[in-house]
Amino acid sequence: MTPGDLSTLLVWAAMTAFTIALVAYTVDLARIAEAAQRRPRQLARVGAGGVPDGVADADAGAGAGVARAGGASARAEGIARTTTALGIVFLLAGVVLRGIAAGHWPTANMYEFTLVGVLAASVVLVVVQRRRFIAFLGVAVLGIGVLALAMALLVFYVRADAVQPALQSYWLVLHVGVAITATGVFTVAVAASVLQVLSAARAEGRSHLSAPWARADGVRRALAPWQVTGPRFAWLRQVPDARNLEALAFRLNAVGFVLWTFTLIGGAIWAEHAWGRYWNWDPKEVGTFVAWVVYAAYLHARTTRGWSGRRAAYLVFIGYGVVIANFTVVNLYVSGLHSYSGLR
Amino acid sequence: MTRPTKTHRPEGLDDAFALGTDAESGSGSDPGTGSSAAPPPTPVLPALGPWGWARWAWRQLTSMRVALLLLLLLAVAAVPGTVFPQHAQRPEAVAAYLVDHPGTGPWLNRLGFFDVYSSAWFSAIYLLLFVSLVGCILPRSRQHWRAMRGRPPRTPRRLGRFPAQGSGTSPDEPRVVAERAAARLRRGWPGLRWVPTYRVDVHDEGGGTWSVAAERGYLRETGNLVFHLALVALLVAVAAGQLAHFRAQVVVVQGDSVVNSVASYDTLERGRLFDPAALVPFTLRLDRFDARFDPTTGAARDFTAHVTVTEPGRDAAPGIIKVNDPLTIAGTKVYLQGNGYAPAVTVRDAAGEVAFTGPVPFLPQDAVYTSRGVIKVPDVSGGQPQIGLVGYLLPSSLQVGGDQWLSTGPQPDDPLLVLSVWSGDLGLNSGVPQNVYRLDEAGLTQAVDAAGAPVTLTVRPGETVDLPDGLGTVTFDSLPRFVALDLRRDPSLPWVLTFALTALAGLATSLFAPRRRLWLRAAPGTSAPGVDPGAQDLGPGTVVTAAGLARGDDVGLAPELDRVLDDVLHRVRADLPEEDGRDDAG
Repeated sequence: MTPGDLSTLLVWAAMTAFTIALVAYTVDLARIAEAAQRRPRQLARVGAGGVPDGVADADAGAGAGVARAGGASARAEGIARTTTALGIVFLLAGVVLRGIAAGHWPTANMYEFTLVGVLAASVVLVVVQRRRFIAFLGVAVLGIGVLALAMALLVFYVRADAVQPALQSYWLVLHVGVAITATGVFTVAVAASVLQVLSAARAEGRSHLSAPWARADGVRRALAPWQVTGPRFAWLRQVPDARNLEALAFRLNAVGFVLWTFTLIGGAIWAEHAWGRYWNWDPKEVGTFVAWVVYAAYLHARTTRGWSGRRAAYLVFIGYGVVIANFTVVNLYVSGLHSYSGLR
Repeated sequence: MTRPTKTHRPEGLDDAFALGTDAESGSGSDPGTGSSAAPPPTPVLPALGPWGWARWAWRQLTSMRVALLLLLLLAVAAVPGTVFPQHAQRPEAVAAYLVDHPGTGPWLNRLGFFDVYSSAWFSAIYLLLFVSLVGCILPRSRQHWRAMRGRPPRTPRRLGRFPAQGSGTSPDEPRVVAERAAARLRRGWPGLRWVPTYRVDVHDEGGGTWSVAAERGYLRETGNLVFHLALVALLVAVAAGQLAHFRAQVVVVQGDSVVNSVASYDTLERGRLFDPAALVPFTLRLDRFDARFDPTTGAARDFTAHVTVTEPGRDAAPGIIKVNDPLTIAGTKVYLQGNGYAPAVTVRDAAGEVAFTGPVPFLPQDAVYTSRGVIKVPDVSGGQPQIGLVGYLLPSSLQVGGDQWLSTGPQPDDPLLVLSVWSGDLGLNSGVPQNVYRLDEAGLTQAVDAAGAPVTLTVRPGETVDLPDGLGTVTFDSLPRFVALDLRRDPSLPWVLTFALTALAGLATSLFAPRRRLWLRAAPGTSAPGVDPGAQDLGPGTVVTAAGLARGDDVGLAPELDRVLDDVLHRVRADLPEEDGRDDAG
């Protein structure tokens, strides 16, 4: 078996491990939701004898200190943590072997980019979860991660090979590596932002599904069980409040933004070496620039009255959408100088 | 209800920590825009003169909200450049688009959609954005300059309302404790003790009570301002580079030389301020070009141009140009941008005279170097028609049908020229500049055989083939390679890099440097003002209370406060303080 084949096998193994972790996270989330739905009754029952440990009111105690939300399954959390770590080990080994097989730093095409991106996102996830276990973050990030790995193996895959002269530069490590890391960080941040918006909406009792819709009221009624204020989202009471989630998303986005800025600058330096132009308005450059501007708008929005909180989070969604579109749409459908996907 | 005002604002420009500067940039003062939080102001509008309107417009332009709007506009406006082909990058695609879309094409062209990044609207957005930025940053810089020389705010009377708190007792005098705390806070970074972190004031509050007020993190605002100013400088540097740069392209065939002067370039693009006389007339000779390809996939692996450079007044020196590795000669960078084959041919006219001889670059069209080119033969003997040969070079030819050939690899394993023949007037004397890679067929007729089908000639190296209609002969002498070089000079490059890196450093500082205020009060024994009731039963001596405030969300605030307090009180630090400060706060 060649290193390249072994690498592919390890990536499959990593995807399997991540899928198990995803299931474990989902189970944990479901348990929390269930417990949250049951909790009012339970509280009423134990009301006379005092509130037992671990069922402290989440809305009050949701500051930073809620290590394990009420109803969370310790076993599911353990499985999630272990399999995530296992997946990271598999993926890391797969990436390293891929690099050995190809004879270069494995960030030269979409397949390798995706592998390293998922690796970065899952490592950031583990780091974030170490401080505070949030099942939803695991579900969101690993959901995206498993999807991305499947895309990588089934669509983006190309044989491990040496790179063309334009990519033979140490900037392949710096520029692309930092871009991938930034993408991974943004992935965890966007999950935190989604959670923030949901959590804020629930805390404020705001749902678009509660008031009748003018035209498509049938659609609304079909979606009604999914009201963010309804019982299906009761688990939101156990996650940290919107303020803390916003702070988490901001810290991650700030790190991602600095890395993204470096990606732009490093890319310009490399372009200067390779093409003799530091800025060429290549579609990839434009996409990176647009994402940078959107995240810059997010950082400004956070500190603008009337834009902080929910609206700023919407900018995070747009920014992440641009980052992903810049990787997928621009690579596959737009021709430019960055046409390195290796796919025809 | 209080619902709309409940939006959290972890780091607003108008938060408790804000400096006076923020009111100016934070657009806090434009009422009635956007949010439904405030009741509409009473509609009594004072009459605004022209000056008043100008002031109003300026305030709007420099407000945070408009800056945000312009940022989003900039992001949206940049997108069409990836959707539509751009003149600057792919002029041929623009031409094709105009042909394919006769209805919308001309309108898009008029509206600048094929030159997005130099269009009036795109320029307007980013120029307005930069004006807004300058209008916001300059007053802030002035404020910050003043604030930097200011002192930390005095210790508040009550320390109980701050997010991070701590307390303890000490057997020492309050003054000693306060001075110890001041010394501890003045101590610099670990390992860099001379770099101060906190700016510290010690106050005698009377009645034996001493307090310490400390502030750190001016760097945060400094970084923010540096970042924005560096962006302005970056824009200026890029614009200056546009004025002073030059870029030229030249094709050099193996064994040939090119002189660095305007006359010898194939194309030239230069800024208004570029002086062609400033070019150093060095000579560059292409000695050899090595191209390496993967033997199985045919993918390119390495391109290396071996050159000899002769600068005026110096000896010839060898040099190497690779794809990611330009060669710098007398301040001019030379890039290897392309390569291909330039078949050397000799054309003899009907009289047997050599009408043309030399290499002709054929432009590669695909990964296997199927190359297209034109051989123009204007200098035929008197009275004969001029000759044009159009066709392909196939480096590794393979016959797939009667007249069908294709190339199977990039290396010259079995080169073949496949040519069609035109004769008549090449149109070179009309004064209109012509593309050397294209034949103007207006004054030409194509040679056909007896059946009326176009004649196709195939020539291998060393072969001589008769041209149809008795036009003469063509000989394929050899197959040297050529390289396409970009020569470029941009004096602004070091500045562009410097300002870009300055912006990056400023950005990182503004996002990661913590901005914190710490206060510590040491009061004698009991009943000192501002002492938490809970701290009173800690016994005699000095009661110490401390509090911290940070700009925005700052996880490091409480641990830092605890560390300071521990050092001041000579407490033994607990191994792992969990969720520091929170317990005290609750």
